[in-house]
Amino acid sequence: MKKSDDKKTVKRQGPAGTGLPRRDFFKLLGAGIIVFFRPWGELDLLGLPAEQARTLTKDYNAFLSIAEDGTVTMFTGKMEMGQGIITSLPVQMAEELNVPLDKVKIILGDTDLCPYDAGTWGSLTTRQFGPSMRAAAAEAKGVLLDLAAAQFGIPASQLEVKDGVITDTKNPANKVTYGALAKGKRIEKYLDVKPQAEDFTKFNLVGKPYMHVDAVDKVMGKAVYTGDMKLPGMVYARILRPPSHGAKLSKVDYSEAEKIKGVQVVRDGDFIGVLHESFHVASLALDKIRAEYTFNEMPVNDKTIFEWILKADSRANVVRTSGDLEEGRKSSEKIFESEFHDPYLAHAPIETHTALARFTDGKLTVWAATQSPFGLQDSLVREFGMTHDKVRVITPFVGGGFGGKSKYQQGNEAARLAKLSGKPVMLVWTRDEEFFYDNFHAASVIKISSGIDKEGFIKFWDYHVHYAGTRGSETTYNVPNAKTTDYSRNKNAPAVHPFDTGPWRAPNNNTNTFAREVQVDIMAAAAGIDPLEFRLKNLTDQKMIDCLKAVAEKFGYKPAKGPSGRGIGIACGSDAGTWVAEIAEVKVDRNTGKVEVLRVACAQDMGLCVNPQGSLIQMEGCITMGLGYTFAEELVFEGGNIRDRGFDTYQIPRFSWLPGKIENVILDRKDKAPQGGGEPAIIAVGAAVANAIFDATGARLYRMPMTPARVLEALKKV
Amino acid sequence: MEEKITFNLNGKPVSVMADPTESLLWVIRDKCGLTGTKFGCGMGFCGSCTVLIDNEPVRSCSMTVGEAKGKKIVTIEGLAKNGKLHPLQKAFVENDALQCGFCTPGMIMNATGLLMKNPSPTTLQIKEGMEDNLCRCGAHVRIIDAVHAAAKEMKGGKK
Repeated sequence: MKKSDDKKTVKRQGPAGTGLPRRDFFKLLGAGIIVFFRPWGELDLLGLPAEQARTLTKDYNAFLSIAEDGTVTMFTGKMEMGQGIITSLPVQMAEELNVPLDKVKIILGDTDLCPYDAGTWGSLTTRQFGPSMRAAAAEAKGVLLDLAAAQFGIPASQLEVKDGVITDTKNPANKVTYGALAKGKRIEKYLDVKPQAEDFTKFNLVGKPYMHVDAVDKVMGKAVYTGDMKLPGMVYARILRPPSHGAKLSKVDYSEAEKIKGVQVVRDGDFIGVLHESFHVASLALDKIRAEYTFNEMPVNDKTIFEWILKADSRANVVRTSGDLEEGRKSSEKIFESEFHDPYLAHAPIETHTALARFTDGKLTVWAATQSPFGLQDSLVREFGMTHDKVRVITPFVGGGFGGKSKYQQGNEAARLAKLSGKPVMLVWTRDEEFFYDNFHAASVIKISSGIDKEGFIKFWDYHVHYAGTRGSETTYNVPNAKTTDYSRNKNAPAVHPFDTGPWRAPNNNTNTFAREVQVDIMAAAAGIDPLEFRLKNLTDQKMIDCLKAVAEKFGYKPAKGPSGRGIGIACGSDAGTWVAEIAEVKVDRNTGKVEVLRVACAQDMGLCVNPQGSLIQMEGCITMGLGYTFAEELVFEGGNIRDRGFDTYQIPRFSWLPGKIENVILDRKDKAPQGGGEPAIIAVGAAVANAIFDATGARLYRMPMTPARVLEALKKV
Repeated sequence: MEEKITFNLNGKPVSVMADPTESLLWVIRDKCGLTGTKFGCGMGFCGSCTVLIDNEPVRSCSMTVGEAKGKKIVTIEGLAKNGKLHPLQKAFVENDALQCGFCTPGMIMNATGLLMKNPSPTTLQIKEGMEDNLCRCGAHVRIIDAVHAAAKEMKGGKK
């Protein structure tokens, strides 16, 4: 197998960074007006490997077309996995172009049709793609007005647009639809646009609640996900998997599998696939394979991982520093040293990684559940030595991602099997495979020492983050002497994690916010100051102050120093450009250690909220999902052997876990640019609950998840 | 070995050639072509494959097609009547009770069974009845609202 991380650069051929040759591309679109634009800014490159960022600033790589019947089609390489952009992007387009919402169609995540996009993650769609798309739409409207002005022989300023119809204000009989302007020709426009500061208050559609456009198909079972597809001659595949990461195949016998009628076994080195037209028979055949392995396990498990991380050959990188820590120590009256632990977490989307691959007439098409269709395309181009115009990746609806589908191993596997067998291959990972090959949220350790003076001002903050990453590691509070040090694997040092790790909804930030906000709570309690007051006293960040005040008001918060016995905890932080503060109220059963969440309130400043309904849904989703890492999620493993392979042992949030009440408030920030909404509200759940448990009982928890056993253990120390 | 198996699917008699030990889920999805019923775990723990068998919500991944012989099976595709959404489907849309939508058919089928047994459930009864249907996006709060809304509408219809 060619390595998929091969660093050889790949070039895209088609117009606008699509994969298709120019003539094929335009043939697909037909007549009408086609507008190309360049998404604005280098920000799109954030957090991406440089090779992936290649075409972003060079090509005109986003566009929309207006067909003769007036239908506006927008094309974006992003994909829909439940975050709702299939609704929110057309709304923004309809607003800017002044056309009815039902006239706007959106094509997502198709590498032949859509312009290049690095991937759908980081809550970037609305805050970075959105503004440039709106600016381009506004420019496009200008182009349309110019075309109409030329047709009528009048200045464009004399025209107005309503619902896709351009009218001469001085002679209302003079009118033309957007669609008719092209007059059967193809008009191409290439625009260079920069998003301007806009008057968001003028919007008619943006900022209003509305329902999801895909909902009806989804409730009827009609929405097509990758696994729902079927092609003539298609076979299902199962793949022989090692029992643990690092295990190597030493002996294999698949003769019994081959005896089953209709079964085809294909092999390329250690990669062995079993194919049959039914998933059932393919699975039966896989069970017949006898395989032996040699093992090379890392001597670490879910219990020893934290010690392992601290002992790892790491490189220390000072992320930020201010003042003088020694000065800060000297001027502190009380000093606090804490160590926080966070385990590996699985993404566990309900749809497993799935792909369908087909080779026809020298062209490879792969339908895949992935957050990165273009990443998969590049990977296939490298693996099979093909060109981009011969490799097409299409993303149907995706059944949840959360960062776990930013990789696409299953797409490569399905394509290899299709190549080896000469048949279209459907590969649906089992739940076992989904857990085994997940790119887990990394286990990590955070060590903090900090100090306060007599008045309760934080004097120093020495923050050491080991393998959690730095997103969300900002000091946040106004501390004169502060330092953040990030520890990651030294160059050429052996791997630290026994398996793959990667971004998990609000990557790193759940861990960092947990550690910071618990440490702040520890200091507030020691200072004998109400935790809300302590935070406000030590903050100068106005957005954070506003969020804390808003959540306190929503909750009906009454000040008390902790532990007050009430079970109320506060936490705050920022993620993806959005500021967030949460208050949780819990009840702790001192006999069993079980914690019940009675209420959660959350306030969020996300700039202009494009879709309030969608944002509230994302906040609820974040808080509900956050209960998982807070109370139960923790990957059990021994070396490379993942022990959790199903929902029987790996528990994710269920209906009974829901707080009695979730109350969310989005601050009114119509004059500010929109920010991310899919992740921020999840970051503060762990800390708010930990601080609430302390407030209820005086017990401090330094490790997530806060299982009943750990709560009991912490209670013993009170 | 494959044999002819007959059952009633969404009101119509259906015969398939299948190994009776094959899971009902894959027969429904692949042999009957009804892909609204989803494969989430294949182990009976997530509920995205839930269908009604003789009006009982059942995990179709954990039942063999042999066991379904002669039974009355309803899948998500069989809920809407004459193009009109079932009150639960309508309530899921109106309450935005879904995000990625992958668990949704199973949620709706399980809730259908729940409301057949208990037409006016309390919030606690809904939570208990839906407990073993998993949703990773965190749409739970709105799913509860949707079940309440559908229960109300269905009772209204009976009067």
